[in-house]
Amino acid sequence: MIHVFAFYLFAVLTIASGAVTILARNPVHSVLWLILAFFNAAGLMVLVGAEFIAMLLVIVYVGAVAVLFLFVVMMLDIDFAELRAGFVKNFPLGMLVAVVLLAEIVLGVGAYKAGAMHLGTPDGAAITAPGTTNIAAIGQLLYGRYLFLFEASGLVLLVAMIGAIVLTHRQRSDSRGQNISRQNARRPDEATVNMKPEVGKGMTL
Amino acid sequence: MIGIEHYVVVSSILFVLGVLGIFLNRKNIIVILMAIELILLAVNLNLVAFSAFLHDLTGQIFAMFVLTVAAGEAAVGLAILVIYFRSRGTIAVDDANRMKG
Repeated sequence: MIHVFAFYLFAVLTIASGAVTILARNPVHSVLWLILAFFNAAGLMVLVGAEFIAMLLVIVYVGAVAVLFLFVVMMLDIDFAELRAGFVKNFPLGMLVAVVLLAEIVLGVGAYKAGAMHLGTPDGAAITAPGTTNIAAIGQLLYGRYLFLFEASGLVLLVAMIGAIVLTHRQRSDSRGQNISRQNARRPDEATVNMKPEVGKGMTL
Repeated sequence: MIGIEHYVVVSSILFVLGVLGIFLNRKNIIVILMAIELILLAVNLNLVAFSAFLHDLTGQIFAMFVLTVAAGEAAVGLAILVIYFRSRGTIAVDDANRMKG
């Protein structure tokens, strides 16, 4: 009974906050509703026992991606009312696309009612052993069978990080950075010069 | 009783909402990026639901990879958005025709 209640709570909140995300006037509100959608989707994932992915969703999305969105939305000084100008004009087309997509899904479900396709049986290579926790089983798979894919996803993150830094980095003219090659090329004999001026002529008062 | 169909319905509604968001907010690229995040969330929900349904953890592993790619995509997309705003002073995607593509 509590399963049904929890499922419907999370599902309704996820869909409702997803809808408000795309309909909200203010992008800051959009980001906050997006956070609520992610949080409730994490609840849906906990319900089926995928607690590791759920925690990852909360940490990565709510903690990092959504805050990044929030930073960018608040940093850019934009007239959002002007950006919403095409909202009413685009509404029929958008609804048409949404209805077509939904109709395709309904078609798929209707075809399934006539009998499911047989896609083969799993070979059992990734089946969870009874008694292991979700995170232990994921760790076994991730650092064993999917080790190279895991390394590749690390590489994807590295490239994304370098790309974001390279894109947004700019050379300011008023900041004084360190010029290391010029520093190293400097020799002591040209850095200080001994002038040996006569007495009373070294400086003017 | 809650079955796999319920999860598939929720994730497909979320996916359609994401696509609708792209069409409704054609000028506001920040909301478009958020709609893409919604689509990827629907994909993740589907992967996790079927992973639990089949008692096979591969779906959860791949949900993690989708999460990785989504994070990278958000970072690079927002970086491009920031430099675009810096040079043009607006983020209206209708004006983004400098390359005449």
